[in-house]
Amino acid sequence: MVHILLFAGLAQQAKTEKVTIDVNSPLSVEEIRGLLQNQVGPLKGIEHALVAVNEEYVELTDQVKDGDTVAFIPPVSGG
Amino acid sequence: MKRFNITNEPINNQDVIDQVIHHNAGAVSVFIGTVREMTGDKQTKFLHYEAYVPMAEKQLQKIGEEILVKWPKAITAISHRIGTLQISDVAVTIAVSTPHRQDAFDASRYAIERIKEIVPIWKKEHYTDGEEWVGNQKGTEAYPAGHPEGVEK
Repeated sequence: MVHILLFAGLAQQAKTEKVTIDVNSPLSVEEIRGLLQNQVGPLKGIEHALVAVNEEYVELTDQVKDGDTVAFIPPVSGG
Repeated sequence: MKRFNITNEPINNQDVIDQVIHHNAGAVSVFIGTVREMTGDKQTKFLHYEAYVPMAEKQLQKIGEEILVKWPKAITAISHRIGTLQISDVAVTIAVSTPHRQDAFDASRYAIERIKEIVPIWKKEHYTDGEEWVGNQKGTEAYPAGHPEGVEK
């Protein structure tokens, strides 16, 4: 099971902040992004979101494994 | 209180400052970000901030570590508020102490610029005529539709 976190406009579009996806083998971040949208529908702007696995920024080609938490981070606007 | 802190409560500036004062500090530079009413011709009623809290605190800490590399004797403390904020409320307070003043000025500026790049915090503007999630304020990220989500242009 991979835990996905959505924030700001992405959570608003998906109408949820948390999604879980069953995975049988390690997948890339990009594949997870595809599976997420199969489940909740297309998310506009997600291609511009940074991605964090277990609270660290990663690349789209990095692997995600069972138990990981994947966060899609739209352009930040703190401060 | 944590030195790198995301909080739902109003920020006490002095609490942030107190964390960086020590006997070899000769200067403390404090940056305070507050909620602005007018952005161009748009009038803000109030703001809502949300954060990926555990990661945001880690990223704030990372900024403190970056500052320590660039200005080796700098001590940094940052508190960022989330939730609903009214006009003139304090959204973020940064305090940096250094032996000499120039480094304190430079490092506090560096901290606020980095917050706008790497810390997972988002601001939703509630204007008098609608609402929108604000994108990257440095303008380095494009939106595919040419504007933030949830705003019809």
